[in-house]
Amino acid sequence: MPKIYIDNKSFDVKAGKNLLETCLSLGYDLPYFCWHPAMGSIGACRQCAVRVFKDEEDTKGRIVMSCMENVKEGLRMSVSDEMATAFRAQVVEWLMTNHPHDCPVCDEGGSCHLQDVTVMTGHDYRRFEYKKRTYTNQYLGPFIHHEMNRCIQCYRCVRFYRDYAGGDDLNVFSAHNHVYFGREKDGILQSPFSGNLAEVCPTGVFTDKTLKEHYTRKWDLTTAPSICQHCSLGCNTIPGERYGKLRNIVNRYNGEVNGYFLCDRGRFGYEFVNSENRITQPIIRNRTIEAVSHDLLIQHLAMLLPGQTLIGIGSPRASVESNYSLRELVGKENFYQGVNDDQVFLEQKIVDILQSGCVHTPSLKEIEEADAVLVLGEDIWNTAPIMALAVRQSVMKTAAAESLEQVPLPAWHDVAVKELVQEAKGFLANVTVLPSPLNEIAACSMQGAPDDMARLGFGIAHILNPTLPSVGVIMEKAIIIAEALKHAKRPVIITGTGGCNDGLIRAAYDIAVALKTEDRKPGLAFVLPECNSMGLAMMRAPSLEKVAGRVQNTPNVTVVILENDLYRRIPAAKADAFFRQCKNIIVLDALHNRTTEKAHVLIPAATFAEADGTFVNNEGRAQRSCQVFMPAINTIKESFKWLWEIKALLTSASNGQEKHPDELLARLESSLTQFAGISAVAPPRDFRIHGSAIPRESHRYSGRTAMLSNLAVSEPKPLQDDDSPLSFTMEGYRGMPPAPLIPSFWAPGWNSGQAVNKYQQEVGGPLKGGDPGIRLFEQTTATPVFSRDIPDAFVPRPNKWLLLPQHHIFGTGELSMYTKGIAERSPEPYITLSKWDAEQLGAVKGDLLSVKTDEKIYTFPLIIEESLQDGIVLMPAGLQGMDVWSWGAWVNITK
Amino acid sequence: MLTATEIQAIDHEISLVPYKKATVIEALKIVQEHRGWISDESVEAIAAHLEISPAEVDSVATFYNLIFRKPVGRHIILLCDSISCYIMGYGLLYNALQNKLSIGFGQTSSDNRFTLLPNVCLGCCDHAPALIIDKDLYRDVTVEQLDDMLNKYA
Amino acid sequence: MERPLTSNIHPDRPPLNLKEYEMTGGYGALRKVLKDMLPADLQKLVQNSNLKGRGGAGFSTGMKWSLVPMGENAPHPKYLITNADEMEPGTFKDRLLLEGNPHQLIEGMILAAYAIQADISYVFLRWAYHKAATFLRKSIQEAYDAGYLGKNILGSGFHLEMYLHTGVGRYMCGEETALLNALEGKRATPRAKPPFPQISGLFGKPTIVNNVETLCCVPHIVNNGADWFKSLSYSEDGGTKVYGVSGKVKKPGAWELPMGVTMRELIEEHAGGMKPGLKLKGVLPGGASTDFLTTQHLDIKMDFKSVAAAGSRLGTGTMIVMDDATCPVGFVHNLQHFFAQESCGWCTPCREGLPWVEKILLSLEKGEGRKEDIELLEMHTQYLGPGNTFCALAPGAMEPLQSALKYFRDDFDKHIDHKKCPYGK
Ligand SMILES: Cc1cc2nc3c(=O)[nH]c(=O)nc-3n(C[C@H](O)[C@H](O)[C@H](O)COP(=O)(O)O)c2cc1C
Ligand code: SF4
Ligand code: FES
Repeated sequence: MPKIYIDNKSFDVKAGKNLLETCLSLGYDLPYFCWHPAMGSIGACRQCAVRVFKDEEDTKGRIVMSCMENVKEGLRMSVSDEMATAFRAQVVEWLMTNHPHDCPVCDEGGSCHLQDVTVMTGHDYRRFEYKKRTYTNQYLGPFIHHEMNRCIQCYRCVRFYRDYAGGDDLNVFSAHNHVYFGREKDGILQSPFSGNLAEVCPTGVFTDKTLKEHYTRKWDLTTAPSICQHCSLGCNTIPGERYGKLRNIVNRYNGEVNGYFLCDRGRFGYEFVNSENRITQPIIRNRTIEAVSHDLLIQHLAMLLPGQTLIGIGSPRASVESNYSLRELVGKENFYQGVNDDQVFLEQKIVDILQSGCVHTPSLKEIEEADAVLVLGEDIWNTAPIMALAVRQSVMKTAAAESLEQVPLPAWHDVAVKELVQEAKGFLANVTVLPSPLNEIAACSMQGAPDDMARLGFGIAHILNPTLPSVGVIMEKAIIIAEALKHAKRPVIITGTGGCNDGLIRAAYDIAVALKTEDRKPGLAFVLPECNSMGLAMMRAPSLEKVAGRVQNTPNVTVVILENDLYRRIPAAKADAFFRQCKNIIVLDALHNRTTEKAHVLIPAATFAEADGTFVNNEGRAQRSCQVFMPAINTIKESFKWLWEIKALLTSASNGQEKHPDELLARLESSLTQFAGISAVAPPRDFRIHGSAIPRESHRYSGRTAMLSNLAVSEPKPLQDDDSPLSFTMEGYRGMPPAPLIPSFWAPGWNSGQAVNKYQQEVGGPLKGGDPGIRLFEQTTATPVFSRDIPDAFVPRPNKWLLLPQHHIFGTGELSMYTKGIAERSPEPYITLSKWDAEQLGAVKGDLLSVKTDEKIYTFPLIIEESLQDGIVLMPAGLQGMDVWSWGAWVNITK
Repeated sequence: MLTATEIQAIDHEISLVPYKKATVIEALKIVQEHRGWISDESVEAIAAHLEISPAEVDSVATFYNLIFRKPVGRHIILLCDSISCYIMGYGLLYNALQNKLSIGFGQTSSDNRFTLLPNVCLGCCDHAPALIIDKDLYRDVTVEQLDDMLNKYA
Repeated sequence: MERPLTSNIHPDRPPLNLKEYEMTGGYGALRKVLKDMLPADLQKLVQNSNLKGRGGAGFSTGMKWSLVPMGENAPHPKYLITNADEMEPGTFKDRLLLEGNPHQLIEGMILAAYAIQADISYVFLRWAYHKAATFLRKSIQEAYDAGYLGKNILGSGFHLEMYLHTGVGRYMCGEETALLNALEGKRATPRAKPPFPQISGLFGKPTIVNNVETLCCVPHIVNNGADWFKSLSYSEDGGTKVYGVSGKVKKPGAWELPMGVTMRELIEEHAGGMKPGLKLKGVLPGGASTDFLTTQHLDIKMDFKSVAAAGSRLGTGTMIVMDDATCPVGFVHNLQHFFAQESCGWCTPCREGLPWVEKILLSLEKGEGRKEDIELLEMHTQYLGPGNTFCALAPGAMEPLQSALKYFRDDFDKHIDHKKCPYGK
């Protein structure tokens, strides 16, 4: 640990870091713009100047950019130095010469890094008296608003968009003081990570267009720590609310999960909370007035339920608490996963593997740090976007690490490292049905049928461990991939349920286990479809198809469906048949859908934003999502609250009906040992710091006394949150909250999100107190069990096609589609065939083709994909309003 | 669409470097040599040929002042406006050219004959003021010589 | 007086072709080196000759070469690049050498490439030098045909490819790391140093960038030895120097002279003194990014050390003379316009500071300036110094400004006091 001196104070600091990160980690407020903890240094903005001295005697020293100097033993520097301080103020004055000073109408105002730094450096009087430079703005699509005049040319946008995320339609144009950041023409930003521009841009050039539609300043938002609902990765988010509307979502740093970034589905997919389609009041069908009050609903249920067999259908998008509560209500033997057979089968396999503990499942951070990656059969670009971003980082970092072995440079030195690395890439093999943008950085890619991909996997496993069964002829690609994985220290294998093939899961497992040695620590990561797929699967309940059989044989069944549209799970005909057999159908959900239409009793459920709840992500990390705001209407409640109310009716207990997440999790872990430890996911609801709760509102929150005065002039009593240690007020503990309870990032002097630096143990490292989340899968020394049955090679069948899903980052999600921009970017339904197959059918692109599946005929236009394996037909998965299709079935196609 | 000649020339450049996109500037030069300027379509064609995005091509194209992203006249006058020519009176030449052609810097005459551009030091300071028309260098230029000079370019 | 670099240059005649060049002893140095010198010997020889880079910074050439990784494990390909971007206002010396004797440069390049065991070499030539391009293209072909370039040069087992790359504008391309980006087909923004190009240069491989004039010296050093080269000079820097004078002197031009001739000799003898009726007021000794010197400095030696001691830089050694009828404010405004426009736009002080300086100077020149403007100019000269910006462009830009404020402050004040340019503009 080198010792350095800052303004004559000595510090033991970490080696290999630059002076800027070091100072920030030590708590100094040293301003910067172009540097970014995830992207390193480029030395362009010159904002981070300090003075460095040769030795104790040197009084003159020299000005250096702290982001461009390595920590050295005995280094002496000054942050408070007069010359350095004056220079930093001068840099802001320069940046502000052309800045429009339009803070009052700028969306960034109040959360602006440029404002922070301007104030921090003390630049307050303007001496530039000439005309400002102006630019024209561009239309960049539904998510990002462009206001180029505010640009301070820090180059962060292009560095994030191009270098970090691999986008190619945003760039810097022109030269000197006319450099311009945008697209070559107006148009929709193509990268699914474009939303991060709003956060990496230190000023208001790139801002969140969805926020603009119901704009609120950061300080007027009510915020809470939350978990993204749109895939299985569980990225940490901070949603903001005002006047009962969700206004935006920003990233919540979690060093092990999403780091600094979110995908556009996660960031912008929140509008369903504000949707017109929300269920706000209980509904009892077949009455003159169907919408009823809370009391009426309870009365009705009290009459309805006695003598009924209650059957519960859980949901992969409902919290652990809600699923568990349903299980408690109906009883273990009556609880079913609201997921179809095939999916349950695959997920069970995954849970078995992870619970066996034979192989480590990596966090996203660990994937980023992998030195070779094999993606086997999962289209992670579409099913787990931030994982794709992590894989990209692994590829880039591995290439850099290899180059730096030749020419030792500090890893943070981004420009120099890029010049050195040039086009070299670390190892990624991307094996998928269709190519994805990841192929561009893949050393090896293969497109094929799931069985063939699985066979490739088994082939690799066999090469790694010849005692495993052979697949016959060894594919050349298997050798290449096996070699690369063997040479890695931290290889990661990724697969998931998106490929609809258990062979993929078994093969990935075999490879990972075969790779395990003393000094090679392989990781095996799985992608599941939804935000709590893992949590639900871990409950090990039977599938939806099983419940259908059960209902057939049981009289007087009342089915309770938890936040689940069964029409997205099983074919419509089967769902219809199932509903016909149920005596009573009770549905709890937030939005109307085809299942809620069938409900005899419909109960409004809170969305994630109005609920507390725990979600288990793909790595088995349980994470708490806190309620952001209380619904204005008392009939919207967390499902688990309703379920306990119903349970109280059945047991005629008057107490114990008010249940809280911490109690529920405590009960859960004592009854289901696989959840051991989960109750530590967040501090209990009575947790206080110095007697205070943690406020969801900023200390500048405005309008508290006035905002509801149209209803009543007296200031309403603040809402009470009994479920978490967060309060719905401005008052409370303003210091550093425990990591799982950070409602937003703010620190004195840092109103922008850059305040996150203060919440980290060291810049870019874990949050103070550890990154949130409890990992539920322990590694053990259990003996691995390898697969013995290898699927046969895929053979196309005459006049039949294997139906497989194509996932879409914009389009596949059930809830995100309520955001206009996401719907706009979602594809229309289509049928994709290989070129050869299309020719056989005499069809050309755009022709309407009919697919017959599940006793129905669907007619959609044809898309031709050259690289698609013959004999496969792809259709888009999970589009809104579409039936679900039997993936993996052999179907007929006619023109 | 690039012509066969252009593609051949670009492909030759590609053969000399470690990866295709390193030839963006060469490609821009080649296309501009044939077409006088670089249109949006040319940017897209070059991008397609080098397997990079149009944005990446345009980012480079717009950096360099001698890549023309707007149409230019049949002949290009580059008038040196740097220090030695400044001392030696390039201003007089500029005024005269403005009068004769009715255009200022950055403009193209209405008959599309000339585009007038300022240029940094032409390395001809001992014979200032200097200018270049197309590829012809003129040194020690006086206002009186301009007419004859311009007449050579139809 | 020996003029090794230019003795075979006759501005009115086309340059020597290969045959003619060989008749003057051309490629003899190459034969000699390939026959009996190791790369390390050649590096040492050049280091001993005290050859300092003629691109402006004056760094020891031999020393620079010695930082290139050598030996079996060195990364390949290595590159040798001639910086023929010559765009510094007031500079026209490389043009003379390029148009006058391209084979001399080519031979120098092959030698330099051998010294660092480069595999590929480039001439990075500015667009405007059409004549030089034509001659170079022809000469490179001749050299290939004669076996001086390509595979197994003269049977020595040494290979070298040579390409001519012409630029598409931008002064920044002359900055050696920006030049590398331009050669890679990127925007010509500079790279951070360290790592130096010797370690991570073109396409991330070891690279040497040298000025045209620097490389032209190398064959002569090989032919005549380090001591001879040192003896050419009047100062401790080795060799001759191509000096130039432009501005309102009687005979502007460029001449090869011993390193260290005095400024007076250059202006009064070679350039013939000022034009009638004009007095010398100031001199930029080595291009637009050097500090003004004035009449009091006429007797200093034009070598790296002496010019530095006088408070300026030798730079390119091509001086711009400012006469007493030229307004220093207008003069400096012209320079700052150049620098502001040629800033690459990467770092804040240069991108935003230079246009501000330019605007202030314009308003002063128009008689609209205020006292505070001088403070602002001074502030910029202080804050745009070396280390504060990413590369040397902006610090270079501040050199003429800071010295103009020092020597011609009167003129600035008059613009403010009289609300107009006293030189009648
Ligand atoms: C803005 C800028 C422009 C430059 N332009 C040139 C140039 O046109 N020609 C040149 O030889 N060196 C130029 N240089 C210097 C080069 O960076 C580099 O130092 C030089 O080519 C090294 O060659 P030498 O060691 O032979 O002098 C420039 C430097 C800067 C900062
Ligand atoms: S000083 Fe900065 S902006 Fe100016 S040319 Fe150098 S890097 Fe570019
Ligand atoms: S943060 Fe150091 S130069 Fe920009």
